[in-house]
Amino acid sequence: MNYFPDEVLEHVFDFITSHKDRNSVSLVCKSWYKIERYSRQRVFIGNCYSISPERLIARFPGLKSLTLKGKPHFADFNLVPHDWGGFVYPWIKALAKSRIGLEELRLKRMVVSDESLELLSKSFVNFKSLVLVSCEGFTTDGLAAIAANCRFLRELDLQENEVDDHRGHWLSCFPESCTSLISLNFACLRGEVNLGALERLVSRSPNLKSLRLNRAVPLDTLQKLLMRAPQLVDLGIGSYVHDPFSEAYNKLKIAIQRCKSIRSLSGFLEVAPHCMSAIYPICGNLTFLNLSYAPGLHGNKLMKLIQHCRKLQRLWILDCIGDKGLGVVALTCKELQELRVFPSDPFEAENAAVTEEGLVLVSAGCPKLNSLLYFCQQMTNAALITVAKNCPNFIRFRLCILDPMKPDPVTNQPLDEGFGAIVQSCKGLKRLSLSGHLTDQVFLYIGMYAEQLEMLSIAFAANSDKGMLYVLNGCKKLRKLEIRDCPFGDAALLEDVGKYETMRSLWMSSCEVTLGGCKSVAEKMPSLNVEIIDESEQMEFNLDDKQKVDKMYLYRTLVGHRKDAPEYVWIL
Amino acid sequence: MVFEKELNLDATELRLGLPGSSEESLRISNKRALPDMNDDSGVAAAKKCDQETAPPTKAQVVGWPPIRSYRKNSLQTKKTEAETGGMYVKVSMDGAPYLRKIDLKVYKGYPELFKALEDMFKFKVGKYSEREGYNGSEFVPTYEDKDGDWMLVGDVPWEMFINACKRLRIVRGSEARGLGCVV
Repeated sequence: MNYFPDEVLEHVFDFITSHKDRNSVSLVCKSWYKIERYSRQRVFIGNCYSISPERLIARFPGLKSLTLKGKPHFADFNLVPHDWGGFVYPWIKALAKSRIGLEELRLKRMVVSDESLELLSKSFVNFKSLVLVSCEGFTTDGLAAIAANCRFLRELDLQENEVDDHRGHWLSCFPESCTSLISLNFACLRGEVNLGALERLVSRSPNLKSLRLNRAVPLDTLQKLLMRAPQLVDLGIGSYVHDPFSEAYNKLKIAIQRCKSIRSLSGFLEVAPHCMSAIYPICGNLTFLNLSYAPGLHGNKLMKLIQHCRKLQRLWILDCIGDKGLGVVALTCKELQELRVFPSDPFEAENAAVTEEGLVLVSAGCPKLNSLLYFCQQMTNAALITVAKNCPNFIRFRLCILDPMKPDPVTNQPLDEGFGAIVQSCKGLKRLSLSGHLTDQVFLYIGMYAEQLEMLSIAFAANSDKGMLYVLNGCKKLRKLEIRDCPFGDAALLEDVGKYETMRSLWMSSCEVTLGGCKSVAEKMPSLNVEIIDESEQMEFNLDDKQKVDKMYLYRTLVGHRKDAPEYVWIL
Repeated sequence: MVFEKELNLDATELRLGLPGSSEESLRISNKRALPDMNDDSGVAAAKKCDQETAPPTKAQVVGWPPIRSYRKNSLQTKKTEAETGGMYVKVSMDGAPYLRKIDLKVYKGYPELFKALEDMFKFKVGKYSEREGYNGSEFVPTYEDKDGDWMLVGDVPWEMFINACKRLRIVRGSEARGLGCVV
């Protein structure tokens, strides 16, 4: 059905950028499939084990940008052993071998070795952008290779990675000829950096828009950097400790005032709270503020700062802001869309400084709120119902009551009705995380109302298999389901195994599913990998099908069993 | 009704481990006895919940709360730095045979610090003035800051001082005169 020559269609497809849309386009007919695949430059792979690098390369020879995700989400919380998998090396090796013109690589929860980074740095002449989120396995030596060899590097963005810091000279490895940097984020590195090299690098990077420093960068260096880069849009401050009466502080004030383009501010990894006034001049323009690594900033100093931030759209903060502080947010930040409140004292539930009150205040004051991550001491049904009424636009709603299974403290009821109100009101809800005391009822509501739900995280909830069944039957768009410590067993798991092929993955740990149940899924669905993770070696000694499985992770795949699983992972 | 007269603590106890096994790993199991469906399940569950939530508040559940390890480690480091270890710094005094260690966090400000140093080393600090430092005293308190420079104690606000101070040295007045001079 080609009314146009291929080049015309290709040009039309250029305007289609979303992965979902391009995937749809490729399904229309053979001819469109062919044109689409040759013109595709950006590919997103949500589970690195769902496809092999060879097949990826075969289908998309023009690949320039690859996004890969490795470990399951619960790996973030230490539920997945270290060497479970998610190695990027085979991907880089395959891409290098086939001479793909890779320019951008974005990885999340993957194991990245120095060897991979070195190979990456030497194999792709036009490599421009490396983004690593929540990865591990590399050291600053690997970063040195990237700095030294990627001549046209524009972006090096390291977010919350565990990096073995050799306190090396990696920053000095950027050659004098490297002037193309647009984004440099090394906030997660714990070691010293060569400050002189940093200053020189920033000086010769006129396009630098985003700079996030680590703790080792002191205030006077910050001031020098800002003087050289007043065009910055995104700034992450390392150390912010200084004497308010010093020359350095005055210089800093001047430097900050020149930075009229800063819209995003983060860091304050070390902070002297009495010196925040230097920041006020840029607060009025901020759209993103991340103070979630600055426990030293709280009370009045914090509130004063927030009061200057009238244009804020995204706020990441620690719970030491308190309900009262959230009230200030509600009064000031009328444009707020995303709020994340992290616990400053994760292991002492009683110390969590925010409750349902803070959330209600924000929901009332910030009608544009659509994304929430909220760690709190307690929650009530009444509050959730109010929030649901105030903010029907939630796309992401993640609530974590620090004390697992805690009921509504006022009524002692489970939080079924509260979460039920959220899913009923927020018709566009795509992601939901539940906590507190919950029965099967909440899952009935979710199955009934959460039509757009794509990701659901459940912990310490439900009474029976019914809970899981309500969700599997009701949520047609479900892609990722992760469950821990719930009484869901084989009956729920096996009710509709075909469903799992429509999803990216299912994680179940500390539930009631048995080895026999998992085997059954694997048998019926060859297109799924069903992995049993068992570090305690119980499986080895007791192959009884009735044995409860500690951790099960299943995912759809086109390439069968992976070959790199460690000993304690059984692929059924 | 399912409410037992006798608190069946075994059944409702939050056990660490799979059912049937004895307490092992750090996992709070959700394997509580399910409330009877005929029961006023909300209340029963809540009652069980009360019993369950009471004991393990101090026990750490693996992977709970759900925050990234990177973030958890960061907070832990900050906490350790800020609270548990205290801010112990070495204190040396010219002529003294051995060094001492003090916890800066313990003092609210310079006066308390000086009193402690005076008691510890049996000397008098002398009067501080911004212009001339500790003029008139035989011994002068100095400290090494994060940059490795030796500074006169007392110039900067207390908070800033304790964050910057790596070690203390009480020098003889004659040596310290340079530090006290206005540049």
